[in-house]
Amino acid sequence: MPFLTDEFKEKAARLCAKYPRKDAALIPLLLELQKEKGFVAEDAMDALAKFLELPYARVKGVVTFYTMFNREPVGKYHLQVCRNISCHMAGAPDILAHLKGKLGIAEGETTRDGLFTLSTVECLGACGAAPVMQVNDDYFESLTVEKLNTVLDDLKHGRLRARGL
Amino acid sequence: MENILLRDNVADLEGYFACGGYKPLKKALTAGPAAVIEEVKKSGLRGRGGAGFPAGLKWSFIPRDAQGPRYLVCNADEGEPGTFKDRELMIKNPHALIEGMAIAAFAIGASHGYIYIRGEFFAETEILEKAIAAARAKGFIGKNILGSGFNFELFVHRGAGAYICGEETALLESLEGFKGQPRLKPPFPAVKGLFGGPTIINNVETLAAVPAIIEHGGDWYAAIGVGKSTGTKLFCVSGPVNKPGVYELPLGVPFKDFLEKNCGGMKEGKKLKAVIPGGSSTPVLTAAEAMAVKLDYESLAAAGSMLGSGAVIIIDESQCMVKLLQVLARFYHHESCGQCTPCREGCGWIEKILNRLEAGKGSVKDIDTLYSVADSMLGRTICPLADAMAMPAMSFVTKFRSEFEAHAAGKCCE
Repeated sequence: MPFLTDEFKEKAARLCAKYPRKDAALIPLLLELQKEKGFVAEDAMDALAKFLELPYARVKGVVTFYTMFNREPVGKYHLQVCRNISCHMAGAPDILAHLKGKLGIAEGETTRDGLFTLSTVECLGACGAAPVMQVNDDYFESLTVEKLNTVLDDLKHGRLRARGL
Repeated sequence: MENILLRDNVADLEGYFACGGYKPLKKALTAGPAAVIEEVKKSGLRGRGGAGFPAGLKWSFIPRDAQGPRYLVCNADEGEPGTFKDRELMIKNPHALIEGMAIAAFAIGASHGYIYIRGEFFAETEILEKAIAAARAKGFIGKNILGSGFNFELFVHRGAGAYICGEETALLESLEGFKGQPRLKPPFPAVKGLFGGPTIINNVETLAAVPAIIEHGGDWYAAIGVGKSTGTKLFCVSGPVNKPGVYELPLGVPFKDFLEKNCGGMKEGKKLKAVIPGGSSTPVLTAAEAMAVKLDYESLAAAGSMLGSGAVIIIDESQCMVKLLQVLARFYHHESCGQCTPCREGCGWIEKILNRLEAGKGSVKDIDTLYSVADSMLGRTICPLADAMAMPAMSFVTKFRSEFEAHAAGKCCE
Protein backbone atom coordinates (compact mmCIF):
# COMPACT_ATOMS: atom_id res chain seq x y z
CA MET A 1 0.00 0.00 0.00
CA PRO A 2 2.37 2.70 -1.16
CA PHE A 3 -0.32 5.37 -1.04
CA LEU A 4 -1.13 5.07 2.63
CA THR A 5 1.51 6.59 4.86
CA ASP A 6 2.25 5.30 8.36
CA GLU A 7 0.83 8.53 9.71
CA PHE A 8 -2.39 7.91 7.81
CA LYS A 9 -2.60 4.34 9.08
CA GLU A 10 -2.19 5.53 12.66
CA LYS A 11 -4.98 8.04 12.19
CA ALA A 12 -7.08 5.38 10.46
CA ALA A 13 -6.75 3.04 13.44
CA ARG A 14 -8.02 5.80 15.73
CA LEU A 15 -10.95 6.58 13.42
CA CYS A 16 -11.92 2.93 12.95
CA ALA A 17 -12.01 2.48 16.73
CA LYS A 18 -14.99 4.84 16.93
CA TYR A 19 -17.21 2.21 15.29
CA PRO A 20 -18.06 -1.44 15.96
CA ARG A 21 -17.24 -2.18 12.30
CA LYS A 22 -14.15 -0.63 10.75
CA ASP A 23 -15.76 -0.07 7.33
CA ALA A 24 -18.01 2.54 8.96
CA ALA A 25 -14.92 4.76 8.94
CA LEU A 26 -14.85 4.72 5.13
CA ILE A 27 -16.17 8.26 4.64
CA PRO A 28 -14.04 9.86 7.39
CA LEU A 29 -11.00 8.06 5.95
CA LEU A 30 -11.75 9.28 2.43
CA LEU A 31 -12.03 12.81 3.82
CA GLU A 32 -8.62 12.32 5.46
CA LEU A 33 -7.12 11.07 2.20
CA GLN A 34 -8.56 14.01 0.33
CA LYS A 35 -7.05 16.41 2.86
CA GLU A 36 -3.58 15.27 1.81
CA LYS A 37 -3.83 15.80 -1.94
CA GLY A 38 -7.03 17.75 -2.47
CA PHE A 39 -8.63 14.85 -4.32
CA VAL A 40 -9.14 11.10 -4.13
CA ALA A 41 -7.27 9.32 -6.91
CA GLU A 42 -8.17 5.89 -8.28
CA ASP A 43 -5.06 4.30 -6.75
CA ALA A 44 -5.86 5.86 -3.37
CA MET A 45 -9.35 4.30 -3.52
CA ASP A 46 -7.76 0.99 -4.36
CA ALA A 47 -5.31 1.23 -1.46
CA LEU A 48 -8.07 2.20 0.95
CA ALA A 49 -10.27 -0.66 -0.24
CA LYS A 50 -7.47 -3.13 0.50
CA PHE A 51 -6.75 -1.49 3.84
CA LEU A 52 -10.41 -1.82 4.93
CA GLU A 53 -10.81 -5.21 3.23
CA LEU A 54 -13.63 -3.92 1.07
CA PRO A 55 -14.41 -4.39 -2.61
CA TYR A 56 -13.03 -1.53 -4.71
CA ALA A 57 -16.57 -0.96 -6.06
CA ARG A 58 -17.85 -0.13 -2.57
CA VAL A 59 -15.23 2.60 -2.16
CA LYS A 60 -15.70 4.00 -5.65
CA GLY A 61 -19.48 3.93 -5.21
CA VAL A 62 -19.18 6.04 -2.09
CA VAL A 63 -16.69 8.47 -3.65
CA THR A 64 -18.96 9.08 -6.63
CA PHE A 65 -22.10 9.40 -4.47
CA TYR A 66 -20.93 12.24 -2.21
CA THR A 67 -20.29 15.64 -3.76
CA MET A 68 -17.47 16.68 -1.46
CA PHE A 69 -15.09 14.12 -2.93
CA ASN A 70 -13.02 15.45 -5.81
CA ARG A 71 -11.85 12.86 -8.28
CA GLU A 72 -9.55 15.28 -10.08
CA PRO A 73 -6.94 17.64 -8.65
CA VAL A 74 -8.36 21.02 -7.65
CA GLY A 75 -6.66 24.40 -7.34
CA LYS A 76 -5.11 25.68 -4.13
CA TYR A 77 -8.36 27.46 -3.45
CA HIS A 78 -11.60 25.66 -4.25
CA LEU A 79 -14.30 28.31 -4.69
CA GLN A 80 -17.72 26.74 -4.15
CA VAL A 81 -20.60 29.09 -4.82
CA CYS A 82 -24.01 28.19 -3.40
CA ARG A 83 -26.73 28.39 -6.04
CA ASN A 84 -29.77 27.33 -4.05
CA ILE A 85 -32.91 29.39 -3.48
CA SER A 86 -31.89 31.89 -0.79
CA CYS A 87 -28.49 32.54 -2.36
CA HIS A 88 -30.09 32.72 -5.81
CA MET A 89 -32.47 35.46 -4.65
CA ALA A 90 -29.58 37.31 -3.00
CA GLY A 91 -27.57 37.47 -6.20
CA ALA A 92 -25.63 34.19 -6.51
CA PRO A 93 -25.89 34.27 -10.34
CA ASP A 94 -24.07 37.64 -10.34
CA ILE A 95 -21.42 36.31 -7.96
CA LEU A 96 -20.86 33.30 -10.20
CA ALA A 97 -20.76 35.39 -13.39
CA HIS A 98 -18.26 37.77 -11.79
CA LEU A 99 -15.98 34.90 -10.75
CA LYS A 100 -16.14 33.33 -14.21
CA GLY A 101 -15.25 36.64 -15.84
CA LYS A 102 -12.52 37.59 -13.42
CA LEU A 103 -10.84 34.17 -13.37
CA GLY A 104 -11.50 33.40 -17.04
CA ILE A 105 -12.76 29.89 -16.26
CA ALA A 106 -16.07 28.04 -16.39
CA GLU A 107 -17.62 25.93 -13.64
CA GLY A 108 -15.56 22.85 -12.92
CA GLU A 109 -12.37 24.42 -14.29
CA THR A 110 -9.10 25.46 -12.66
CA THR A 111 -7.06 28.57 -13.48
CA ARG A 112 -3.82 27.91 -15.33
CA ASP A 113 -1.71 28.98 -12.37
CA GLY A 114 -3.42 26.26 -10.32
CA LEU A 115 -4.69 28.75 -7.76
CA PHE A 116 -8.45 28.64 -8.21
CA THR A 117 -11.04 25.98 -9.03
CA LEU A 118 -14.63 27.17 -9.49
CA SER A 119 -17.65 25.02 -8.56
CA THR A 120 -21.30 25.51 -7.80
CA VAL A 121 -22.78 23.73 -4.82
CA GLU A 122 -26.19 23.29 -3.23
CA CYS A 123 -27.39 24.85 0.03
CA LEU A 124 -24.51 25.34 2.47
CA GLY A 125 -26.80 26.00 5.43
CA ALA A 126 -25.91 29.66 5.90
CA CYS A 127 -28.92 31.20 4.13
CA GLY A 128 -29.29 34.15 6.53
CA ALA A 129 -26.00 35.49 5.18
CA ALA A 130 -26.67 34.81 1.50
CA PRO A 131 -25.01 34.81 -0.95
CA VAL A 132 -22.44 32.40 0.43
CA MET A 133 -19.30 30.80 -0.96
CA GLN A 134 -17.17 28.11 0.60
CA VAL A 135 -13.42 28.27 0.00
CA ASN A 136 -11.73 25.06 1.12
CA ASP A 137 -12.94 24.66 4.73
CA ASP A 138 -14.24 28.19 5.25
CA TYR A 139 -17.43 30.10 4.58
CA PHE A 140 -17.49 33.60 3.10
CA GLU A 141 -20.86 35.18 3.71
CA SER A 142 -23.00 38.16 2.64
CA LEU A 143 -20.93 38.45 -0.53
CA THR A 144 -20.94 41.44 -2.83
CA VAL A 145 -18.83 41.91 -5.95
CA GLU A 146 -16.55 44.29 -4.02
CA LYS A 147 -16.15 41.87 -1.14
CA LEU A 148 -15.45 39.09 -3.61
CA ASN A 149 -12.68 41.11 -5.25
CA THR A 150 -11.03 41.67 -1.87
CA VAL A 151 -11.29 37.96 -0.99
CA LEU A 152 -9.78 36.90 -4.32
CA ASP A 153 -6.99 39.43 -3.96
CA ASP A 154 -6.23 38.35 -0.41
CA LEU A 155 -6.22 34.68 -1.40
CA LYS A 156 -3.94 35.36 -4.34
CA HIS A 157 -1.41 37.09 -2.11
CA GLY A 158 -1.71 34.59 0.71
CA ARG A 159 -3.10 37.19 3.08
CA LEU A 160 -5.95 35.06 4.41
CA ARG A 161 -4.96 32.71 7.16
CA ALA A 162 -8.14 30.89 7.95
CA ARG A 163 -8.78 27.20 8.45
CA GLY A 164 -7.67 25.17 5.48
CA LEU A 165 -6.37 28.20 3.56
CA MET B 1 -39.77 35.24 27.12
CA GLU B 2 -36.23 34.16 27.80
CA ASN B 3 -34.56 31.92 25.23
CA ILE B 4 -34.15 28.26 26.12
CA LEU B 5 -31.78 27.30 23.31
CA LEU B 6 -30.12 30.34 21.79
CA ARG B 7 -28.45 31.85 24.81
CA ASP B 8 -25.41 34.06 25.13
CA ASN B 9 -22.24 33.24 27.07
CA VAL B 10 -22.84 29.48 27.23
CA ALA B 11 -20.57 28.49 24.34
CA ASP B 12 -17.88 27.14 26.67
CA LEU B 13 -18.21 24.76 29.57
CA GLU B 14 -17.58 27.43 32.23
CA GLY B 15 -20.35 29.63 30.89
CA TYR B 16 -22.71 26.68 30.52
CA PHE B 17 -21.95 25.62 34.10
CA ALA B 18 -22.61 29.11 35.40
CA CYS B 19 -26.14 28.85 33.99
CA GLY B 20 -26.83 25.55 35.74
CA GLY B 21 -25.53 23.36 32.94
CA TYR B 22 -25.24 19.59 33.50
CA LYS B 23 -27.46 19.76 36.60
CA PRO B 24 -30.34 18.31 34.55
CA LEU B 25 -28.11 15.34 33.64
CA LYS B 26 -27.54 14.64 37.33
CA LYS B 27 -31.27 14.95 37.96
CA ALA B 28 -32.04 12.55 35.10
CA LEU B 29 -29.53 9.96 36.33
CA THR B 30 -31.19 10.05 39.74
CA ALA B 31 -34.75 9.93 38.38
CA GLY B 32 -34.22 6.90 36.13
CA PRO B 33 -34.92 6.22 32.42
CA ALA B 34 -38.69 5.73 32.69
CA ALA B 35 -39.16 9.02 34.53
CA VAL B 36 -37.07 10.88 31.92
CA ILE B 37 -39.13 9.47 29.04
CA GLU B 38 -42.32 10.33 30.92
CA GLU B 39 -41.18 13.93 31.41
CA VAL B 40 -40.27 14.34 27.73
CA LYS B 41 -43.64 12.83 26.72
CA LYS B 42 -45.38 15.27 29.06
CA SER B 43 -43.50 18.20 27.50
CA GLY B 44 -45.03 17.51 24.10
CA LEU B 45 -41.62 18.11 22.48
CA ARG B 46 -41.81 17.24 18.78
CA GLY B 47 -39.07 16.53 16.28
CA ARG B 48 -37.52 19.79 15.09
CA GLY B 49 -35.93 18.40 11.95
CA GLY B 50 -39.10 18.63 9.91
CA ALA B 51 -41.42 15.72 10.62
CA GLY B 52 -42.66 16.92 14.02
CA PHE B 53 -42.98 13.45 15.56
CA PRO B 54 -43.33 13.45 19.39
CA ALA B 55 -39.83 12.83 20.79
CA GLY B 56 -40.84 11.01 24.00
CA LEU B 57 -43.05 8.62 22.06
CA LYS B 58 -40.22 7.91 19.61
CA TRP B 59 -37.92 7.05 22.52
CA SER B 60 -40.47 4.60 23.90
CA PHE B 61 -40.48 2.59 20.65
CA ILE B 62 -37.27 0.76 21.58
CA PRO B 63 -38.37 -2.78 22.44
CA ARG B 64 -37.96 -3.44 26.17
CA ASP B 65 -36.38 -6.84 25.62
CA ALA B 66 -33.98 -5.63 22.91
CA GLN B 67 -30.59 -7.33 23.18
CA GLY B 68 -27.21 -5.91 22.19
CA PRO B 69 -25.98 -2.33 21.95
CA ARG B 70 -28.42 0.52 21.40
CA TYR B 71 -27.51 3.75 19.67
CA LEU B 72 -28.45 7.40 19.86
CA VAL B 73 -27.81 9.44 16.73
CA CYS B 74 -28.06 13.20 16.39
CA ASN B 75 -29.03 14.42 12.95
CA ALA B 76 -26.87 17.51 12.33
CA ASP B 77 -26.91 17.06 8.56
CA GLU B 78 -28.60 20.43 8.19
CA GLY B 79 -29.23 20.69 4.47
CA GLU B 80 -32.85 21.59 3.79
CA PRO B 81 -32.53 24.75 1.69
CA GLY B 82 -33.31 27.76 3.83
CA THR B 83 -32.30 26.02 7.07
CA PHE B 84 -29.37 27.27 9.17
CA LYS B 85 -30.64 26.99 12.74
CA ASP B 86 -28.72 23.93 13.93
CA ARG B 87 -25.46 25.52 12.84
CA GLU B 88 -26.20 28.58 14.99
CA LEU B 89 -27.29 26.39 17.90
CA MET B 90 -24.14 24.24 17.76
CA ILE B 91 -21.96 27.37 17.69
CA LYS B 92 -23.74 29.18 20.52
CA ASN B 93 -24.79 26.32 22.79
CA PRO B 94 -22.98 23.06 21.99
CA HIS B 95 -23.24 21.75 25.55
CA ALA B 96 -27.05 21.81 25.48
CA LEU B 97 -26.81 19.28 22.63
CA ILE B 98 -24.20 17.16 24.41
CA GLU B 99 -26.10 17.17 27.70
CA GLY B 100 -29.37 16.49 25.83
CA MET B 101 -27.72 13.50 24.18
CA ALA B 102 -26.37 12.15 27.47
CA ILE B 103 -29.86 12.38 29.00
CA ALA B 104 -31.55 10.85 25.94
CA ALA B 105 -28.99 8.04 25.80
CA PHE B 106 -29.62 7.28 29.47
CA ALA B 107 -33.38 7.24 28.85
CA ILE B 108 -33.16 4.77 25.96
CA GLY B 109 -30.23 2.76 27.33
CA ALA B 110 -27.78 3.68 24.56
CA SER B 111 -24.09 3.17 25.22
CA HIS B 112 -22.90 4.93 22.08
CA GLY B 113 -23.91 8.11 20.36
CA TYR B 114 -22.95 9.74 17.09
CA ILE B 115 -23.48 13.29 15.91
CA TYR B 116 -23.79 13.07 12.14
CA ILE B 117 -22.81 16.54 10.96
CA ARG B 118 -22.74 17.68 7.35
CA GLY B 119 -19.23 17.59 5.93
CA GLU B 120 -19.18 21.28 5.00
CA PHE B 121 -19.46 22.31 8.66
CA PHE B 122 -15.73 22.18 9.46
CA ALA B 123 -15.80 24.92 12.09
CA GLU B 124 -18.86 23.46 13.80
CA THR B 125 -17.24 20.00 13.87
CA GLU B 126 -14.26 21.46 15.71
CA ILE B 127 -16.55 23.25 18.17
CA LEU B 128 -18.40 20.02 18.94
CA GLU B 129 -15.24 17.96 19.30
CA LYS B 130 -13.75 20.49 21.72
CA ALA B 131 -17.00 20.66 23.70
CA ILE B 132 -17.24 16.85 23.92
CA ALA B 133 -13.63 16.66 25.12
CA ALA B 134 -14.39 19.27 27.81
CA ALA B 135 -17.53 17.38 28.88
CA ARG B 136 -15.58 14.11 28.94
CA ALA B 137 -12.88 15.66 31.14
CA LYS B 138 -15.56 16.54 33.68
CA GLY B 139 -17.09 13.08 33.62
CA PHE B 140 -20.32 13.94 31.78
CA ILE B 141 -19.39 11.68 28.86
CA GLY B 142 -17.57 8.36 29.10
CA LYS B 143 -17.56 5.64 31.70
CA ASN B 144 -19.60 5.67 34.92
CA ILE B 145 -21.06 9.14 34.33
CA LEU B 146 -21.23 11.09 37.62
CA GLY B 147 -20.82 7.84 39.51
CA SER B 148 -24.13 6.47 38.22
CA GLY B 149 -22.73 3.39 36.53
CA PHE B 150 -24.07 4.67 33.20
CA ASN B 151 -21.58 4.61 30.30
CA PHE B 152 -21.98 6.74 27.20
CA GLU B 153 -19.43 7.35 24.46
CA LEU B 154 -20.12 10.19 22.03
CA PHE B 155 -18.49 10.73 18.65
CA VAL B 156 -18.77 13.28 15.85
CA HIS B 157 -19.09 11.82 12.36
CA ARG B 158 -18.79 14.05 9.29
CA GLY B 159 -20.83 13.52 6.14
CA ALA B 160 -19.45 14.30 2.72
CA GLY B 161 -22.09 16.28 0.83
CA ALA B 162 -25.44 14.61 0.22
CA TYR B 163 -28.79 16.21 1.08
CA ILE B 164 -30.45 12.79 1.25
CA CYS B 165 -28.43 11.89 4.35
CA GLY B 166 -30.73 14.16 6.35
CA GLU B 167 -33.34 11.42 5.91
CA GLU B 168 -32.85 9.22 8.97
CA THR B 169 -32.33 5.84 7.33
CA ALA B 170 -30.06 7.32 4.62
CA LEU B 171 -28.13 8.89 7.48
CA LEU B 172 -27.70 5.45 9.07
CA GLU B 173 -26.46 3.98 5.78
CA SER B 174 -23.99 6.85 5.47
CA LEU B 175 -22.86 6.45 9.09
CA GLU B 176 -22.12 2.80 8.33
CA GLY B 177 -19.94 3.84 5.39
CA PHE B 178 -22.32 3.29 2.50
CA LYS B 179 -24.00 5.46 -0.13
CA GLY B 180 -26.81 7.39 1.51
CA GLN B 181 -29.75 5.44 0.13
CA PRO B 182 -32.80 5.29 2.42
CA ARG B 183 -33.93 1.97 3.86
CA LEU B 184 -37.38 0.46 3.66
CA LYS B 185 -39.43 0.79 6.83
CA PRO B 186 -40.33 -1.38 8.70
CA PRO B 187 -38.17 -2.32 10.41
CA PHE B 188 -38.03 1.12 11.97
CA PRO B 189 -34.67 2.30 13.36
CA ALA B 190 -35.99 1.98 16.94
CA VAL B 191 -36.14 -1.78 16.32
CA LYS B 192 -33.30 -2.26 13.83
CA GLY B 193 -31.17 0.78 13.10
CA LEU B 194 -27.47 1.56 13.23
CA PHE B 195 -25.30 -1.58 12.92
CA GLY B 196 -28.55 -3.52 13.30
CA GLY B 197 -29.14 -2.28 16.84
CA PRO B 198 -32.13 -0.36 18.22
CA THR B 199 -31.50 3.29 17.34
CA ILE B 200 -33.09 6.65 18.05
CA ILE B 201 -32.36 9.53 15.69
CA ASN B 202 -33.21 13.08 16.74
CA ASN B 203 -32.48 16.51 15.32
CA VAL B 204 -29.97 18.86 17.04
CA GLU B 205 -32.69 21.27 18.16
CA THR B 206 -34.84 18.46 19.60
CA LEU B 207 -32.01 17.05 21.72
CA ALA B 208 -30.82 20.49 22.84
CA ALA B 209 -34.28 21.17 24.33
CA VAL B 210 -34.10 18.12 26.60
CA PRO B 211 -31.95 19.54 29.47
CA ALA B 212 -34.39 22.44 30.01
CA ILE B 213 -37.33 20.02 30.02
CA ILE B 214 -35.66 17.86 32.67
CA GLU B 215 -34.66 20.92 34.69
CA HIS B 216 -38.05 22.68 34.70
CA GLY B 217 -40.38 19.76 34.00
CA GLY B 218 -42.54 18.64 31.10
CA ASP B 219 -45.52 20.71 32.26
CA TRP B 220 -43.45 23.88 32.21
CA TYR B 221 -42.38 23.23 28.60
CA ALA B 222 -45.90 22.23 27.53
CA ALA B 223 -47.23 25.55 28.83
CA ILE B 224 -45.10 27.38 26.24
CA GLY B 225 -46.49 27.53 22.72
CA VAL B 226 -49.98 26.62 21.62
CA GLY B 227 -51.99 23.38 21.73
CA LYS B 228 -49.97 20.41 20.53
CA SER B 229 -47.22 22.75 19.32
CA THR B 230 -45.40 23.09 22.61
CA GLY B 231 -42.22 24.90 23.50
CA THR B 232 -40.02 27.27 21.57
CA LYS B 233 -38.81 26.79 18.00
CA LEU B 234 -35.87 28.18 16.12
CA PHE B 235 -37.01 30.05 13.04
CA CYS B 236 -34.37 30.88 10.46
CA VAL B 237 -35.38 33.56 8.01
CA SER B 238 -33.70 34.30 4.71
CA GLY B 239 -34.64 36.56 1.83
CA PRO B 240 -35.13 40.31 1.51
CA VAL B 241 -35.97 41.25 5.11
CA ASN B 242 -34.07 43.80 7.15
CA LYS B 243 -32.84 41.35 9.75
CA PRO B 244 -32.39 37.83 8.39
CA GLY B 245 -31.15 35.32 10.95
CA VAL B 246 -32.19 32.78 13.57
CA TYR B 247 -34.90 33.61 16.11
CA GLU B 248 -36.16 31.53 19.01
CA LEU B 249 -39.89 32.05 19.55
CA PRO B 250 -42.74 30.22 21.26
CA LEU B 251 -44.64 28.18 18.67
CA GLY B 252 -47.83 29.86 17.51
CA VAL B 253 -46.47 33.34 16.82
CA PRO B 254 -48.34 35.03 13.95
CA PHE B 255 -46.16 35.22 10.83
CA LYS B 256 -47.14 38.89 10.46
CA ASP B 257 -45.65 39.77 13.85
CA PHE B 258 -42.58 37.65 13.16
CA LEU B 259 -41.95 39.45 9.89
CA GLU B 260 -42.58 42.93 11.22
CA LYS B 261 -41.12 42.72 14.72
CA ASN B 262 -38.35 40.12 14.62
CA CYS B 263 -37.25 40.37 11.01
CA GLY B 264 -37.57 44.16 10.87
CA GLY B 265 -40.01 44.00 7.96
CA MET B 266 -39.27 43.82 4.24
CA LYS B 267 -36.24 45.64 2.88
CA GLU B 268 -37.00 49.05 1.44
CA GLY B 269 -38.64 48.79 -1.96
CA LYS B 270 -39.37 45.07 -1.59
CA LYS B 271 -42.93 43.83 -1.49
CA LEU B 272 -43.88 40.41 -0.10
CA LYS B 273 -45.06 37.98 -2.76
CA ALA B 274 -44.76 34.52 -1.23
CA VAL B 275 -43.36 32.62 1.73
CA ILE B 276 -41.95 29.11 1.95
CA PRO B 277 -42.59 28.55 5.64
CA GLY B 278 -40.63 25.44 6.59
CA GLY B 279 -37.75 24.85 4.20
CA SER B 280 -37.75 24.34 0.43
CA SER B 281 -39.75 21.09 0.59
CA THR B 282 -42.83 22.67 2.14
CA PRO B 283 -45.68 24.06 0.00
CA VAL B 284 -45.40 27.78 -0.75
CA LEU B 285 -47.88 30.28 0.71
CA THR B 286 -49.05 33.43 -1.03
CA ALA B 287 -48.42 36.72 0.78
CA ALA B 288 -52.07 36.87 1.86
CA GLU B 289 -52.01 33.30 3.17
CA ALA B 290 -48.75 33.92 5.03
CA MET B 291 -49.95 37.14 6.65
CA ALA B 292 -52.92 35.24 8.12
CA VAL B 293 -51.05 32.21 9.41
CA LYS B 294 -49.52 31.37 12.77
CA LEU B 295 -46.18 29.64 12.98
CA ASP B 296 -46.96 26.27 14.54
CA TYR B 297 -47.45 22.69 13.32
CA GLU B 298 -51.28 22.73 13.25
CA SER B 299 -51.81 26.26 11.85
CA LEU B 300 -49.41 25.69 8.98
CA ALA B 301 -50.95 22.29 8.22
CA ALA B 302 -54.40 23.92 8.17
CA ALA B 303 -53.03 26.50 5.72
CA GLY B 304 -51.93 23.66 3.43
CA SER B 305 -48.23 23.80 4.25
CA MET B 306 -45.89 22.60 6.99
CA LEU B 307 -43.77 23.96 9.82
CA GLY B 308 -40.94 21.74 8.56
CA SER B 309 -37.55 22.78 9.87
CA GLY B 310 -38.68 26.34 10.64
CA ALA B 311 -36.82 27.72 7.63
CA VAL B 312 -38.83 30.73 6.53
CA ILE B 313 -37.90 31.76 3.01
CA ILE B 314 -39.21 35.20 2.07
CA ILE B 315 -39.90 35.83 -1.62
CA ASP B 316 -40.55 39.35 -2.94
CA GLU B 317 -42.41 40.61 -6.00
CA SER B 318 -39.23 40.98 -8.08
CA GLN B 319 -38.68 37.21 -8.08
CA CYS B 320 -39.91 34.93 -10.87
CA MET B 321 -41.67 31.86 -9.45
CA VAL B 322 -40.82 29.76 -12.52
CA LYS B 323 -37.14 30.53 -12.09
CA LEU B 324 -37.25 29.76 -8.36
CA LEU B 325 -38.97 26.43 -8.97
CA GLN B 326 -36.31 25.68 -11.60
CA VAL B 327 -33.62 26.34 -8.96
CA LEU B 328 -35.37 23.92 -6.59
CA ALA B 329 -35.92 21.28 -9.29
CA ARG B 330 -32.24 21.37 -10.25
CA PHE B 331 -31.44 20.81 -6.59
CA TYR B 332 -33.83 17.88 -6.04
CA HIS B 333 -32.82 16.26 -9.31
CA HIS B 334 -29.17 16.49 -8.25
CA GLU B 335 -29.90 15.14 -4.77
CA SER B 336 -32.24 12.25 -5.64
CA CYS B 337 -30.36 9.09 -4.61
CA GLY B 338 -31.65 7.31 -7.70
CA GLN B 339 -33.12 4.35 -5.85
CA CYS B 340 -36.85 4.86 -6.65
CA THR B 341 -37.99 5.42 -10.20
CA PRO B 342 -40.71 8.05 -9.50
CA CYS B 343 -38.14 10.26 -7.76
CA ARG B 344 -35.13 9.66 -10.01
CA GLU B 345 -37.12 10.18 -13.21
CA GLY B 346 -39.74 12.58 -11.86
CA CYS B 347 -37.27 15.14 -10.50
CA GLY B 348 -35.45 15.03 -13.83
CA TRP B 349 -38.66 15.48 -15.83
CA ILE B 350 -39.72 18.42 -13.70
CA GLU B 351 -36.35 20.08 -14.14
CA LYS B 352 -36.43 19.51 -17.90
CA ILE B 353 -39.92 21.00 -18.25
CA LEU B 354 -38.89 24.03 -16.21
CA ASN B 355 -35.74 24.46 -18.28
CA ARG B 356 -38.00 24.50 -21.35
CA LEU B 357 -40.39 27.03 -19.85
CA GLU B 358 -37.51 29.23 -18.72
CA ALA B 359 -35.99 29.13 -22.19
CA GLY B 360 -39.28 30.32 -23.69
CA LYS B 361 -39.74 26.99 -25.46
CA GLY B 362 -42.51 25.59 -23.28
CA SER B 363 -46.23 25.23 -23.81
CA VAL B 364 -49.35 25.33 -21.62
CA LYS B 365 -49.46 21.55 -21.92
CA ASP B 366 -46.04 21.49 -20.23
CA ILE B 367 -47.55 23.12 -17.14
CA ASP B 368 -50.13 20.37 -16.83
CA THR B 369 -47.50 17.69 -17.44
CA LEU B 370 -45.35 19.23 -14.72
CA TYR B 371 -48.25 19.07 -12.28
CA SER B 372 -49.18 15.53 -13.20
CA VAL B 373 -45.57 14.28 -12.92
CA ALA B 374 -45.40 15.82 -9.44
CA ASP B 375 -48.76 14.33 -8.50
CA SER B 376 -47.64 10.86 -9.55
CA MET B 377 -44.48 11.10 -7.41
CA LEU B 378 -46.32 11.82 -4.14
CA GLY B 379 -46.22 8.98 -1.63
CA ARG B 380 -44.78 6.46 -4.07
CA THR B 381 -41.19 6.25 -2.91
CA ILE B 382 -39.14 4.81 -0.05
CA CYS B 383 -38.35 8.22 1.45
CA PRO B 384 -39.97 11.67 1.25
CA LEU B 385 -37.47 13.25 -1.19
CA ALA B 386 -39.94 12.77 -4.04
CA ASP B 387 -42.63 14.49 -1.96
CA ALA B 388 -40.14 17.25 -1.21
CA MET B 389 -39.95 17.95 -4.94
CA ALA B 390 -43.63 17.37 -5.63
CA MET B 391 -45.00 19.64 -2.89
CA PRO B 392 -43.29 22.87 -3.97
CA ALA B 393 -43.89 21.98 -7.66
CA MET B 394 -47.65 21.53 -7.20
CA SER B 395 -48.06 24.55 -4.93
CA PHE B 396 -46.00 26.86 -7.17
CA VAL B 397 -48.01 25.85 -10.24
CA THR B 398 -51.36 26.09 -8.46
CA LYS B 399 -50.79 29.41 -6.74
CA PHE B 400 -48.75 31.20 -9.38
CA ARG B 401 -50.13 29.63 -12.55
CA SER B 402 -50.30 32.94 -14.42
CA GLU B 403 -46.50 33.24 -14.25
CA PHE B 404 -46.09 29.76 -15.72
CA GLU B 405 -48.62 30.60 -18.44
CA ALA B 406 -46.77 33.81 -19.27
CA HIS B 407 -43.61 31.76 -19.75
CA ALA B 408 -45.50 29.30 -21.93
CA ALA B 409 -46.64 32.25 -24.04
CA GLY B 410 -43.01 33.30 -24.43
CA LYS B 411 -43.07 36.22 -21.97
CA CYS B 412 -40.22 35.47 -19.64
CA CYS B 413 -39.19 37.50 -16.66
CA GLU B 414 -35.54 37.79 -17.54
